[in-house]
Amino acid sequence: MEFILFTLLNGLSYGLLLFMLSSGLTLIFSMMGVLNFAHASFYMLGAYFAYSISVNLSFWVAFLAAPAIVAGLGAAVERYGLRHVHKYGHAAELLFTFGLSYIVVELVQVTWGRATVQYSIPAELDGPLFTLYGTSFPIYRGFMMLVASLMMLSIYLALTRTRVGLVVQAALTHPSMVEALGHNVPRVFTLVFAGGCGLAALAGVIGGDAFVTEPGMAATVGSIIFVVVVVGGLGSLAGALIASLLIGMVQTFAVSLDYSVLTLLTALGIQETALRGSVLRITVAQMAPMLPYMLLVLVLILRPKGLMGTREG
Amino acid sequence: MKPEPAQRPDAIPARLRTILPRALPWAVFALGLIVAPLIFSGGASLSILSQIGTMMLLGLSFNMLLGQGGMLSFGHAVYSGLGAYFAAHAIRLAGAGTISIPISLVPILGGLAGMLFGVLFGYVTTKKSGTTFAMITLGISELVSACALMMPEFFGGEGGVSFNRVVGRPLYGISFGPQIQVYYLIAVWLFICTLAIYAFSLTPLGRMINAVRDNPERAEFIGYDPQHVRYLTFILSSFFAGVAGALGAINFEIVSAENVSTGRSGAILLFTFIGGVDYFFGPLIGAALGVFFTELLSNYTPAWQLYLGIFFVLMVLYAPGGLSGLLVEAVRPKVLRRSILRWPLLLAICVSGLLVVFGAILAIEMLFQRSLGSDSELKLFGISVDTSLRMSYVVVGLLVFVSGISLRWAWVAFWDGADKPQTEIAGVTIRRTGT
Amino acid sequence: MSECALDLRDVRKRFGSAEIIRGANLQVEKGERCAIIGPNGAGKSTLFNLITGRFPASSGEILLNGSSIMGLKPFEIYRRGLSRGFQITNIFHRLSVYENLRCSVLWSLGYRYSFWQKLSSLPDVKERADEVLDLIGLRDRQNTPAGLLTYAEQRALEIGIAIAGDAAVILLDEPTAGMSRSETDAAIEMIRRITQGKTLLVVEHDMSVVFALAEKIAVLVFGEIIASGSPNDIRNNPRVREAYLGEYSAVDRTE
Ligand SMILES: Nc1ncnc2c1ncn2[C@@H]1O[C@H](COP(=O)(O)OP(=O)(O)OP(=O)(O)O)[C@@H](O)[C@H]1O
Ligand SMILES: [Mg+2]
Repeated sequence: MEFILFTLLNGLSYGLLLFMLSSGLTLIFSMMGVLNFAHASFYMLGAYFAYSISVNLSFWVAFLAAPAIVAGLGAAVERYGLRHVHKYGHAAELLFTFGLSYIVVELVQVTWGRATVQYSIPAELDGPLFTLYGTSFPIYRGFMMLVASLMMLSIYLALTRTRVGLVVQAALTHPSMVEALGHNVPRVFTLVFAGGCGLAALAGVIGGDAFVTEPGMAATVGSIIFVVVVVGGLGSLAGALIASLLIGMVQTFAVSLDYSVLTLLTALGIQETALRGSVLRITVAQMAPMLPYMLLVLVLILRPKGLMGTREG
Repeated sequence: MKPEPAQRPDAIPARLRTILPRALPWAVFALGLIVAPLIFSGGASLSILSQIGTMMLLGLSFNMLLGQGGMLSFGHAVYSGLGAYFAAHAIRLAGAGTISIPISLVPILGGLAGMLFGVLFGYVTTKKSGTTFAMITLGISELVSACALMMPEFFGGEGGVSFNRVVGRPLYGISFGPQIQVYYLIAVWLFICTLAIYAFSLTPLGRMINAVRDNPERAEFIGYDPQHVRYLTFILSSFFAGVAGALGAINFEIVSAENVSTGRSGAILLFTFIGGVDYFFGPLIGAALGVFFTELLSNYTPAWQLYLGIFFVLMVLYAPGGLSGLLVEAVRPKVLRRSILRWPLLLAICVSGLLVVFGAILAIEMLFQRSLGSDSELKLFGISVDTSLRMSYVVVGLLVFVSGISLRWAWVAFWDGADKPQTEIAGVTIRRTGT
Repeated sequence: MSECALDLRDVRKRFGSAEIIRGANLQVEKGERCAIIGPNGAGKSTLFNLITGRFPASSGEILLNGSSIMGLKPFEIYRRGLSRGFQITNIFHRLSVYENLRCSVLWSLGYRYSFWQKLSSLPDVKERADEVLDLIGLRDRQNTPAGLLTYAEQRALEIGIAIAGDAAVILLDEPTAGMSRSETDAAIEMIRRITQGKTLLVVEHDMSVVFALAEKIAVLVFGEIIASGSPNDIRNNPRVREAYLGEYSAVDRTE
């Protein structure tokens, strides 16, 4: 019972973290048509900046400053890079961000080295939030969920209640019309891109210490958030949320299930030594890294538009 | 359309006149492949040439997707890598005497394996185009990479699958043991496949994939299912990727999970794009340069991937046609004439460009030296810099800044009064096709 | 009664809550040239999109040569002998004019997805592409990338792509839009010539063209075909005069 509850909570917090990443990606994609390959790189930068700042100052300064710095970087990238390649089409934009992700990894290695850095959870957030049947749930997980939920709420409010938010929403579907009405669409683009990068960095700040902060972290999470975006349905924030939670849950549950087809067969009383070496011995836990991608393939075959998607890619 | 020349006694020379220009590039290509190992005969160069050969084929097969079909794949290594694995296992079996297959024909097997997975995965990926296609290929690539870790029986786990390529008795003294024989095996296959890929671009399907790239919707209204056109092209491309993979396997005598990895796919994309996707020969240039610099630079600097990344981004920003695009642009009569007339400016461009590059390299190397941390002295291009001094950074920064400004000035002055080279429409470089 | 080439029965289409096509009925006989007229935003292009499978119709029935084509994909409909041109130029912009035409004739000549034949050595492809090239008057532009053509040339190419496959039923959506008077006359003359013995459905705003070209006219207003018949019938139809021609013919539209 408590196993299910804790896995559920862990899955939820991981899923929410994924959503912090994929929401920015989706916003940028649906607004500008740009698939930001470097999105996870901004996540990584957030974690590294937070590490440096929290070592020198404090976690709370990092919590505010790191996303702000990365948002600034994002704005610069949009203004001086992306806007320039925009005229070559979406493939060129994708290639640009792909190259960028390449550069960021290298720069991170130059600056912080190739090894994992000791970015750890602040002392005041370290410890159990509550304990149930002898298993405790860490405060930090709760903190992550809180931050993610607050962020979700503020995105929602920003999109529905502010003027910029309304322009963003309108520009999602009718960019030229919005421009004709006198809004500065390029600036809105910069803003959205910067915002998306800032969100990714925030995820890095609170995810980097919960997981690991190392040069490979961008690549690990990068492909998964693409899966989230496709599975959820391109351009749908609600879809991204559902897919994030789904994948978060599936992966978290999977890693704790040490069963395979072989275990099942054995439990059913079938003892077949010949099968020991076959693929049947692979446990669900071992398959965990594959599951998001299998889900992707499945969704594409069964529901090409994604769970909540409206447009065909 | 020129009217058909009347049948005159000199009709044969006329025929020759149309065939020669077409055959000439191929003859040059073949000659280049034959003499390359004679010119670069050092120990390591033969291995580098072999790698370039396989990478060229990979690049060409990749460009069937990207350049011809507008399909940006982040998972091309899946097909070459799986082809390589099948080739490796086949050679192992042949070595054990279980099956009998000559090494020279193993590439076909690798190709068929690549094609098989093209049929399988392509069915899913080619349902989409554009950025969605790119995302899905990345997903498939990750899927296969994850599989590779899970199934060591086939993928060989950490160590990969290694084998001995000398199998059976030598035929006419060819055992494929010596590197030079492997090189020529690669060269022959490269030549055949290059011809085949070029021929593909001249077929109805080859033309329709261009049409689908330009305007998939309109293709539907002239009777074609764009998904099917993409799918078939994808399958064919996977075949050639598999051939390249098998050749690479024979070359290295080992295949590991790295061969199917996303990183490898990224390298293929990088090299091909740098070479240029708008011209058929672009990937050849990209592969040669890419492999050459990877092998060479990685000996000199730990920052080589950074250079590669920066170079790539600069290409995307300023030369989306890649090196082949630049080359074709540079030899246009208009540009040549201008270069001769304004040679001082051209010189200024070259000099300040070199200074920018020099300064940038110096700066990056200084930073690297510092982060690696053991020794504060950097020796580069015959000069020595103290990386612990703040002053050195100021000087280098100034160098880059000043030469950058002068580069910009010279560039603008050089093109002053010229209509910008009109090669782009709606974000794509125009390729002149036709008869 | 002979079988209709095209038979629309109570076709409806709604986008969200707006019903754009509100029960269209239209029969076009084989070999007939039929013009659809109607004010801007009446739904003419939408109707074309429904017939050619670009959008699914919400309800109703569309028959091509007596068999239903509802729910078929555009390429399947094309393969049953229906080809179309677009109001907003829709060409292969990186391919040359000649390649645009070659691509457009391939399927109809049965080359399908062939990757074992050389395009330039297929005599029938060359012959047909050359023929269309002359028809649309772009002979001296044949090697120009379609994206670099002038607007009028692109319109001509648009028509060329639609007719190249020699389909039995051809739909053209404002083929002469944006052309000058003389270009329009030439284009109409060409359309008349190439649709000899074929079924043509054309959207056209220019009344002189409509009355000169069409044997049958259908008037689409507000998503409904309010009248159809011979040019004379239409001219004298009180409902049309009232709803449409009355104020319409006064304005000489150039668009
Ligand atoms: N995809 C769509 N979604 C929503 N509304 C649409 C869509 N396509 C067309 N409409 C609406 O349907 C109506 C009819 O458009 P349509 O283009 O068919 O008119 P038309 O008769 O061709 O006009 P024109 O003479 O200007 O070409 C318009 O009000 C248009 O806004
Ligand atoms: Mg219209």
